[in-house]
Amino acid sequence: MAKRELQEVNAGSMADIAFLLLIFFLVATTMDVDTGLTRLLPPIPEDEQEQEVQVKKRNVLVVLINRNDQLMVRGEFGTRIDELKDITMEFFLNSNNDPELPEKEEAEVQFPPGSSPLLPPDGLWRGYVSRGVISLQNDRSTTYQQYLLVQNELVAAVNQLRKDFCKLYFDKNYDDLNMNIPSEKEISEAIRSVYKMNISEAEPKNIGGLR
Amino acid sequence: MSKFKRKKGTGAQKINTASLPDIIFMLLFFFMVSTTMRETEVMVQIKPTEVSEVKKLEQKKLVSYIYIGRPARHLQSMYGSEPIIQLNDKLINEEGIPTESVQDFVLFEREKLPEVDKNRMVMSLRIDQDIPMGKVDDVKQALRQAKALIINYSARKDHGEQGR
Repeated sequence: MAKRELQEVNAGSMADIAFLLLIFFLVATTMDVDTGLTRLLPPIPEDEQEQEVQVKKRNVLVVLINRNDQLMVRGEFGTRIDELKDITMEFFLNSNNDPELPEKEEAEVQFPPGSSPLLPPDGLWRGYVSRGVISLQNDRSTTYQQYLLVQNELVAAVNQLRKDFCKLYFDKNYDDLNMNIPSEKEISEAIRSVYKMNISEAEPKNIGGLR
Repeated sequence: MSKFKRKKGTGAQKINTASLPDIIFMLLFFFMVSTTMRETEVMVQIKPTEVSEVKKLEQKKLVSYIYIGRPARHLQSMYGSEPIIQLNDKLINEEGIPTESVQDFVLFEREKLPEVDKNRMVMSLRIDQDIPMGKVDDVKQALRQAKALIINYSARKDHGEQGR
């Protein structure tokens, strides 16, 4: 019997099939990645009597946004939004021990041993941690954009402090810490407990402001 | 003269298309990898705010979406043009404070998660930048009552001025 030649499969329609799949994916999927500011809402107090936590006046940075999207920070009206980050950073640092700015308390934070030449060999950091809390309040007519921009500045301030700390002690970018490496994850968590993100989203109320 | 005469019967040269499927497949894989499935149709108009400190939301299955914005053009005849709330893929069309609907929504979404993840549910708030905070505060209060405390203010990365 004569040997048959191997039949070639016609691949001409392959491109059409691939095109069809391609168009399906173009239509059925979206490109956008979910990004945003993640925040934690305070739980509703369990018992009836409101647990008013007494916080000293000097420990609170009150940020108000009125219905015209104007800011009032620590009783001063008309703060610009680009000043907010520096105000917040100074609030948490209180580098001159100003009696008007928040108290600091001694704290110990455990870093991985031997991770930084500026830390003792056992990796225990001793220093002062701010007791400051930011209270952000808005009017019902404040626009969402302004609210988010203010939140962003507050988050940016705390992130900047963490970045500076990380740069100083570990000579690394805080953003580049890899959460999949245990030692770097530990560093990141320790830095976060040195500079806590204490932003309280107060119960909504009407702050008012001139129309 | 006849030296340069072309042979009769030869049409235009055929282009070899053998590598076309490969090219298309390459494109296909690019889109498969870089995009995600469209899950809900957004029925409200949302212009996101741009901020600098955004983080990526990991673990999509833990995330439920709450949209607040004006109804899309073609829906305005039905829902009017006032800001409206959309929970995942449902528009809620009601007057006043939407506490009940939001709480039901949270319960429903929480049921869908496995036991270990029930406390890690994330509510992503996608809100138009011109919406007054009153509406947002109502939703936030409802979420607090429903004990859905992890929220994410959806925003775009701002690459502008502040550039870091």
